Amino acid sequence: MSDELIRLSAAALGEKLAAGEVSSVEATRAHLDRIAAVDGAVHAFLHVEGERAIETAAEIDRRRAAGAPLGPLAGVPIAIKDVLVTKGMPSTSGSRILEGWIPPYDATPVTKVREAGMIPLGKTNMDEFAMGSSTEHSAYGPTHNPWDLDRIPGGSGGGSAASVAAFEAPLALGSDTGGSIRQPAHVTGTVGVKPTYGAVSRYGSIALASSLDQIGPVTRTVLDAALLHDVIAGHDPLDSTSIPEAWPSMADAVRRADVSGLRIGVIKELDGEGFQAGVRQRFHESLELLEKNGAEIVEVSAPHFEYSIAAYYLILPAEASSNLAKFDSVRFGLRVTPEGGGTVEQVMSATREAGFGPEVKRRIILGTYALSAGYYDAYYGSAQKVRTLVQRDFDAAFANVDVLASPTAPTTAFKFGEKLADPVSMYLNDIATIPANLAGVPGISLPSGLAPEDGLPVGIQFLAPAREDARLYNVGAALEQLLEARWGGPLLAQAPDLSAHELTATEEGAL
Amino acid sequence: MSEITAEQVAHLANLARIALTDEEIGHLTTELGQIMHAVEKVSEVATPDVPPTSHPIPMQNVFRDDVVGTTVLTADEALAGAPESDDSRFKVSAILGEEQ
Repeated sequence: MSDELIRLSAAALGEKLAAGEVSSVEATRAHLDRIAAVDGAVHAFLHVEGERAIETAAEIDRRRAAGAPLGPLAGVPIAIKDVLVTKGMPSTSGSRILEGWIPPYDATPVTKVREAGMIPLGKTNMDEFAMGSSTEHSAYGPTHNPWDLDRIPGGSGGGSAASVAAFEAPLALGSDTGGSIRQPAHVTGTVGVKPTYGAVSRYGSIALASSLDQIGPVTRTVLDAALLHDVIAGHDPLDSTSIPEAWPSMADAVRRADVSGLRIGVIKELDGEGFQAGVRQRFHESLELLEKNGAEIVEVSAPHFEYSIAAYYLILPAEASSNLAKFDSVRFGLRVTPEGGGTVEQVMSATREAGFGPEVKRRIILGTYALSAGYYDAYYGSAQKVRTLVQRDFDAAFANVDVLASPTAPTTAFKFGEKLADPVSMYLNDIATIPANLAGVPGISLPSGLAPEDGLPVGIQFLAPAREDARLYNVGAALEQLLEARWGGPLLAQAPDLSAHELTATEEGAL
Repeated sequence: MSEITAEQVAHLANLARIALTDEEIGHLTTELGQIMHAVEKVSEVATPDVPPTSHPIPMQNVFRDDVVGTTVLTADEALAGAPESDDSRFKVSAILGEEQ
């Protein structure tokens, strides 16, 4: 019964809860048991709510019994990326500098999830301040990919993706600044959506790069992503970049999914050199399947995408160096006083030296350099011009096609340590995902199969014009249905059984 | 563009208020050089006729009335996570050093 509960989609679990076939307490208990059994091996969570989650679930069960009107995800447990502040739950953003900090308020997406009756299970691991593509930059140790525990789960949101892939949570919240929702989805065989910039409030999201960050759903199915998207999207007066207009239902777009007549543009610059053979093979098989079902596939060119990574690694550090100035040892988090005392500035410098990891220091220094007098125009100014050129590429492409398609990332999951010593090669992981953040357009990654050469998951990415997020759910749901018919079930049904690790975890007394 | 020196990195670390060790400054000097070399590519296409974009979605500034909101923290809540506080204030060490 317990194993059956954790393998349900959020939508299916929501239906069982609504029908009274199962209680939220039972569903939440099943997921907490699963976390206790496998998270010693996976390490997706930095904090688990435990009995407090059971209390929240019991309250939802009481409300349901009293006949209160509840939404489709009421009573469904959810994992929350540690980048979002949560009242009463530790929030570290994967950094030592915030160890033990308990925020006095909830981020808006967390408030919305609670109002929808969902049950926060805990906080998920991530690269420190979301800087990374592997979770190896977490101050609390890496998360392991449930498909192969020696490999990275992607990043920065590797914890959220792994928690969902390992059936520790039906769904999760993530954040995507250059691919931190979509690339982990790609390497873990899950679904991740970066909504249009401004669709979901950033209030209470510990900022990395404010003009790029966006919160979004991390799930196992396209419908679950749509249901969660419908919960968290919407205008928020507390975020001045929040889009004021109302959104159509993404869940409706999934239920009406139909690709006949849909024009899909294949970005030729993201379909060649540097992309693993099995990644490209599964990508093209997916396109053929869509074509057979009525979609029209056309090649498009985005000549400036090749400058995206360069522009991103100027804009992101510049914004991050400014955003991370708030970690000053005064209002929250760590304080380290140099031996023999010191002025407040010396305390700040000692605190930031002790509290930040190597990648965070690297990017703060890089950003400080890019913004400094004499270099500003050559670096930051030029990067902002590239942003214009990337947007023009998107505008030109979307004049001819409804959505764009590419593999989500160049390779399947790599092994721990493989790219740690070479920051530039680590940054190349984000080549297909970064352009969407620079232009603010929405993107989805969903599983397209396993690469034949290594048996590891591969994702396909679709991009749509700003505010046209519903198109992603349409094409994503259609493809998911076609692929699952071919596979005879979801891709994650082929993931290795983690029960062997349950024993190890229990023996070691993990969690 | 110019090479990055260890002195520059030390200066940047001071501006960014991070007390880097000499070893870290050494690593970062090499790495920053490599990263800057990779990102200088932007200058190839950033010609004077291209306008810069600072924000992905065109937006206007948002205003609200200057009144106390409904979601403000109490002083106790605001101070709850502070390393050190005194009554209703954040507490820090001396602002000025002896030589200042």
